[in-house]
Amino acid sequence: MSEQQATPASGPKVKKFMFVNRKAPYGTIYALESLEVVLITATFDQDVSLVFIDDGVYELLKGQETKGIGIKNHSKTYRALDGYDVEKLYVDRASLEQRGLTEKDLLVPVEVLDTEEMGQLMAEQDVILSF
Amino acid sequence: MLHIVNKSPFQSTSLQTCLRMAKPGSAVLFIEDGVYGATSGTSAEAMVRQAAGAIKFYALQPDIDARGATGKVMDGITLVDYSGFVDLTLEYSTSHSWL
Amino acid sequence: MKFGLLVSEGPYTHQASDSAYQFVVAAIAKGHEIQRIFFYHDGVNNATKLTDPPQDDRHIVNRWSALAADHKVDLVVCVAAALRRGIRDENLAPGFRISGLGQLVDSGIKADRLITFGD
Repeated sequence: MSEQQATPASGPKVKKFMFVNRKAPYGTIYALESLEVVLITATFDQDVSLVFIDDGVYELLKGQETKGIGIKNHSKTYRALDGYDVEKLYVDRASLEQRGLTEKDLLVPVEVLDTEEMGQLMAEQDVILSF
Repeated sequence: MLHIVNKSPFQSTSLQTCLRMAKPGSAVLFIEDGVYGATSGTSAEAMVRQAAGAIKFYALQPDIDARGATGKVMDGITLVDYSGFVDLTLEYSTSHSWL
Repeated sequence: MKFGLLVSEGPYTHQASDSAYQFVVAAIAKGHEIQRIFFYHDGVNNATKLTDPPQDDRHIVNRWSALAADHKVDLVVCVAAALRRGIRDENLAPGFRISGLGQLVDSGIKADRLITFGD
């Protein structure tokens, strides 16, 4: 079980926030609107991790070209995340493999985790938000 | 960790992925359409039974009853009401809703 | 204990807002505090005063407004999600307020538990 961070002697509380993305982009709005939460959370100086599991890995696929469907392409926002100090992006290995994908297919650097590691990372979080 | 699953195992991979990642000592609570994953005699039963040694399973009784599944819940799954749901969220330091 | 909730779906189409409501009622009955309920994605549709459901079924929006009136629960609708979906001050139901995503993060930081109800 994870322990909540004790309030440090000085400064505000820092919690570990995990954002879980398990849905593909464009078929639903969850990928886009979850990114908006991530960007705001980054301004609160919290410890932020983004994880992509199941169809969520499709959110990071290179080469998204959305003109034909008339929906704004939000994929480049993932590349801007490190400008917001959001650098901890993790992808589930099994989800990539099931979809015939590798890290090379993704548009940002990520850390690929196996099931055990992903489960462990999850267990260490204070707040988990899923979309 | 309290894992909350609200999808039928036949509709979505939520339960399957949850059980793949849930650590021993955590709990899974079935709510809404997720309660079908708590019923016996389905092709999902084996997956739940296999995890049941290390993980505690709960199901929200009002959702079970609403779906006509009263009396069809697998052994080893504890039924709770909304009050019990609240207690579970406090017993475990974090919850993860698998949507 | 202090609870924050995230409600990510609108009324009636998904059970999320019902489950959230029942959870809140139970938590209050046990003497816990609801720090905030944050409505995001289609959850913002829980806040329109224009709904007119059948008389023999629950009135989801009014239920939320009553919670705010009776227990001073802070019902916050995300401004960006609301603008996308046409929820504005002029059609906002009583008890709700429109604010930024920061209120959700604030809940994550200040509440003892943050529970998500969605699809």
